[in-house]
Amino acid sequence: MTASDMHRAIEAVFRIESARLIAGLARMVRDVGLAEELAQEALVAALERWPESGVPDNPGAWLMATAKHRAIDLLRRDRRLDRKHEELARALEAREELAAPDLDAAIDDEVGDDLLRLIFVSCHPVLSPEARVALTLRLLGGLTTAEIARAFLVPEPTVAQRIVRAKRTLAEARVPFEVPRGAELAARLSSVLEVVYLVFNEGYSATSGDDWMRPALCEDALRLGRILAELLPREPEVHGLVALMEVQASRTRARVGPSGEPVLLLDQNRALWDQVLVRRGLTALDRAEELGGARGPYALQAAIAACHARARTPAETDWARIAALYDALAQLAPSPVVELNRAVALAMAFGPAAGLELVDALASEPSLQGYHLLPSVRGDLLARLGRFDEARAELERAASLTRNARERGLLLERAAACARGPARPQ
Amino acid sequence: MRFMVLMIPGDKRVEAGVLPDEKAIAAMMKFNEELTRAGVLLALDGLHPSSKGARIRFSGGKRTVTDGPFGEAKEVIGGYWLWQVKSKAEAIEWASRCPAADGDVLEVRQVYEASDFGPEVARKETELLDEIKRRTKR
Repeated sequence: MTASDMHRAIEAVFRIESARLIAGLARMVRDVGLAEELAQEALVAALERWPESGVPDNPGAWLMATAKHRAIDLLRRDRRLDRKHEELARALEAREELAAPDLDAAIDDEVGDDLLRLIFVSCHPVLSPEARVALTLRLLGGLTTAEIARAFLVPEPTVAQRIVRAKRTLAEARVPFEVPRGAELAARLSSVLEVVYLVFNEGYSATSGDDWMRPALCEDALRLGRILAELLPREPEVHGLVALMEVQASRTRARVGPSGEPVLLLDQNRALWDQVLVRRGLTALDRAEELGGARGPYALQAAIAACHARARTPAETDWARIAALYDALAQLAPSPVVELNRAVALAMAFGPAAGLELVDALASEPSLQGYHLLPSVRGDLLARLGRFDEARAELERAASLTRNARERGLLLERAAACARGPARPQ
Repeated sequence: MRFMVLMIPGDKRVEAGVLPDEKAIAAMMKFNEELTRAGVLLALDGLHPSSKGARIRFSGGKRTVTDGPFGEAKEVIGGYWLWQVKSKAEAIEWASRCPAADGDVLEVRQVYEASDFGPEVARKETELLDEIKRRTKR
């Protein structure tokens, strides 16, 4: 094995082990920041020693033992050494004697609990959304600061700063290293799910940069979601979110045209949809529904995505069901964008007049002013009703509102087709 | 990135349809559980012995079907996993944690993804799709 191969191998071990390592250490030292530093020190020790000694049989245990020794040294050497630290150091030593390899099952459970605590702390509402994302990818996704910076197209020092500040905030706010209970759990869990979905969406429809998708981020989010589903198997919305992400990710290959342009859902080549992910998504959705979570916001969105995934051709799409699901979503989390989607589904299911009625009701909605999809949808429905002059005006307005050049071209083309009257090409 | 991990059993009794003992099965289940917990495992399957399979050879414009077992082949695939990992090194690290039997071989192979193909392939795919659309409209 060459030196660089060894380096890569050690990094791979660390990527696999770091979340568990940090989580276990954080419980012992009750400080996420310190825990991460200790894990980093263990990594440095591995980089020094493994090239000569070889990778140990149980690298995770080796890293944990090394980090714990550092922790004990640190706590002992601490100038402010008080009785509490002394107790902690002794407790750490005692634990080490206990941690024999035959306690595997018990340790697995404990590791799961620690990971869960780490997730809840990383996504704590005391942190800004950017800080939650950076900290979660760093501590749980095992991404380096450089990788996070590349993924979000921000300078590396910015990410480093964000992480340092986040750790400080957690320490200052004395955020306990625990899984919230009872009523608090629901609110905190939704913050966790939000962070995971934020990462996914940044990858799925990048808000910045040249590429409109960054699949590696989608994969990171999916991995976090799948880990979370294993840790919280009884929480329907976790499975709902995983289902939504799996089904959306299944379309990755079909969503980009030959020159990198977006391809809309109904125009996609369904043969390119990834059936492994579709199947995983549908299974996760079943799980969410079995757990009584069919009406959760993520499960509803997943159910809508699943309607498309199940249709072999656009014509087979169950639009009536999609309209009903949007209806449920609109009641749960009312938003003009959801209403607009519902209008599209209604039009597909019951004809353009049904959709237009709803779209017209949205026309005065302040948050949709300047949103190009409103006139775009309205124009489409008017055209289908044969009201071509009004349709052309709406499509031209939509074209003037979009910031995407390719989309503008497409809208103007459709407007021009309306000007030609009934024989417009579909 | 994705890797397909192929299991090539060393023990020829596997080819005779002999299932591994309980202990080996339990160890393998634990390994698969680890992979699941880490969000790495996408899919897996074990394969029946090659005696229940067949090979279809293409040569000189002809197809020849030969029933298993593939006695002449030293390496017969016994099963596979599909993993999502961050690097080849990570796939290798996971593979080295497999509780495999003495003589087993695990082969890790990266799965092609859209980004591995140039725009040319995507263009051809679109042309093909348009062609299909055109034909079905007729």
